[in-house]
Amino acid sequence: MSIRAAFHVDRGDFVLDVDLEIPGTGVTALFGRSGSGKTTLLRCLAGLEAAHSGQLIFRGETWQDGPWQLPVHRRPLGYVFQEARLFPHLNVRRNLTYGQRRIPGAQRRVAFDETVHLLGLEALLERSAEALSGGQRQRVSIARALLTSPRLLLMDEPMASLDETSKQEILPYLERLRDELSIPVVYVSHAVDEVTRLADHLVLLEDGRIRTQGPLPELLARADLPFSRSGGAASVLRATVHRHDPVHQLTQLACGGGTLLVPRSAPPTTDHLRLRIPARDVAIALTPPEDTSILNHLPATVAAIVDDPHPGHVLVRLDTGGQALLARITRRSREQLGLAPGMAVHALVKAVALD
Amino acid sequence: MLNPQDATALWLTVKLALITTALLLVLCAPAAWWLAHSRWRGKVLVEALVALPLVLPPTVLGFYLLILLGPRGWVGGSLEAMGLDHLAFTFTGLVIGSMIYSLPFVMQPLTNAFQATGRGLLEAAATLRASPLDRFVTVVLPLARRGFLTAAVLSFAHTLGEFGVIIMIGGNIPGQTQVASIAIYDHVEAMDYAAAHRLSLVLLVLSFLLLLAVYALNRRFKVMGASA
Repeated sequence: MSIRAAFHVDRGDFVLDVDLEIPGTGVTALFGRSGSGKTTLLRCLAGLEAAHSGQLIFRGETWQDGPWQLPVHRRPLGYVFQEARLFPHLNVRRNLTYGQRRIPGAQRRVAFDETVHLLGLEALLERSAEALSGGQRQRVSIARALLTSPRLLLMDEPMASLDETSKQEILPYLERLRDELSIPVVYVSHAVDEVTRLADHLVLLEDGRIRTQGPLPELLARADLPFSRSGGAASVLRATVHRHDPVHQLTQLACGGGTLLVPRSAPPTTDHLRLRIPARDVAIALTPPEDTSILNHLPATVAAIVDDPHPGHVLVRLDTGGQALLARITRRSREQLGLAPGMAVHALVKAVALD
Repeated sequence: MLNPQDATALWLTVKLALITTALLLVLCAPAAWWLAHSRWRGKVLVEALVALPLVLPPTVLGFYLLILLGPRGWVGGSLEAMGLDHLAFTFTGLVIGSMIYSLPFVMQPLTNAFQATGRGLLEAAATLRASPLDRFVTVVLPLARRGFLTAAVLSFAHTLGEFGVIIMIGGNIPGQTQVASIAIYDHVEAMDYAAAHRLSLVLLVLSFLLLLAVYALNRRFKVMGASA
C-alpha cells in the first residue's frame, strides 16, 4: 500500500508541480538543492501547506482532494522539523508526551520507555527543552514525533542545522529507526552522504518538478544525475550474511555475483545488510586477480561508462548479479583495458562500509 | 484614616479596575490573536481604531459614550425600549467606558506576545494532534503569559487613574460611580487638602506596590522560562 500524491502550489515566484508515488515501506528521500521544492512537498504531505489543488491518498485514505484537506491534527503522521521546534515552556518529558497524550490509548503502539531508550534520552527527561544542545534537541523532536505512533514519518532535513559532531551523533539513531520502523519515512535532504546512508528510494526534485524517482541503488549509479558529480559517488548494495570467521575477524557476505569479506569483530546481528561502496574504492581487472592484498572481487559486466567531473577519471557502471556498482577509474586505465559496455570484468573492492 | 465615603470610592475604583481588566483579557485574547496573524488588508483600520483611545482626549470619549449609552442614544435608547435601564451614570456604564479607554493597553501587549509566538510551534503542535483550540490553550497562552501579565497590569493601573471618561458618563454618585480620582478632585474643590492627601497617598502607594509586584514577578517568570 503506497502513498499517491499530486500537488500544485503556485506562489508566483515559485511553482511546485509534482505527481508521485511513495512506497509504503522504507525511507524515501526527497533530494534536491535548496529552492527545489522538497520542503514544500513535505509540507504538502503533512497538510501544512495550502496547496491550490492536489490529491493525496495515504494507503487508501483520502487526505486531500482538490482544495479540500484533512486538517493536520487529524493525520496520523509524525513530522520532524529542521529546527526541532520543541516547546520552550515544557521540559523534555512533557515535550515528549505532548503528542502521545493526544492519541487514544488503543492507538498507542509506541512505548515511551522504549522510544526514550532508542534515542538515548534517559538522562535528559527532566531538563528544560531550552538547555539542550542541537543534537539533543533533534533527538527529542524525533522521539516526540514517534510517540504519536505515526503511520507516516516526515523528516525535514533533521540534520541540516547541526554541526558535524551533532550529525555524527544523530545519524546512528536515524539508521536504527530506518531498520526498526515498519512505517514509511519521507526524508528531505540535500546531502548526498545522508541520502546514500539512509534512503531506499529517491525522488529527485528540480525547480519544483520531479526530475526522476526510483530505487536508490539504481539512481545513485546513474551518471547523468547529480549524485556522482559531487566526487562522492558511491553504490549501495544489498548483501546477506553467509558466515563469520572469528579467527580472522572477518564476516563473509553474499553480494551481487560473488562474496565479500568484511572485517568485523563480531558477527552482524541481522541477516540482511546494506553496503556502501565509494566508487573510488572500486578498481577493475580483466582477469580474476591473484597475489593481491585486496580481499574482495566480484564478477561483473560493464553496463555504461560516463564522464567523471574530474577530466582524468571516468565512472564505470557495473552490473554484478543484478545490482549496480560504480567504479571510478582513470581515463588512461579505461583505454589500456579497452573497457566497453557488455564486457565481463572483475570488480576489485578495496573498502566496504557497512551501514 | 479614610472617611467612609472615601473608602467606598477606593473600593469602587479597585472593583472597576478588576472587572474591566478581567473582561478585557478574556475578550481581547482572541481579537489580539486575530490581529497578530491576520493577513487581511483592512487590518490596519482595526489597528488604528484600537489605538484611538491612546490619543483621544478622555472627555471626548466620555462625551460620545454618554450620548451613546444615555436614554436617547442608540444603546441606551434600545435598552429602554426593551424595558431595561439606560447605562449613563451607572456602574455598568463605567465598566464599558473603562474597557474602551484601556483597550489599547491590553491589545498591544497581547498582540506583540502572539506575534512573537510565531507559527512554527503551532505547526509542531498540529502535527502532534492538537486541534486549533488545544494549540491556543496549551501553546499560545503559556508562551504569551508575560504579555498577559503586562496587559493586566497596564489595564488595571490605567483604569485606576481614570478621570475624564468617568466624570462624563458616570457623574459623581457616591457608592455607585464616584471613584477615587473624582473623590480627590472633590476634596480639592472643597479646599479639603488633608483628605485629598490621604486618598492620593493611598493611590500612590497602591500603584507603586502593584508595579513592584509586577517587576518581581516578571523576573521570576523569566527564570521560569529558562528552567521549567
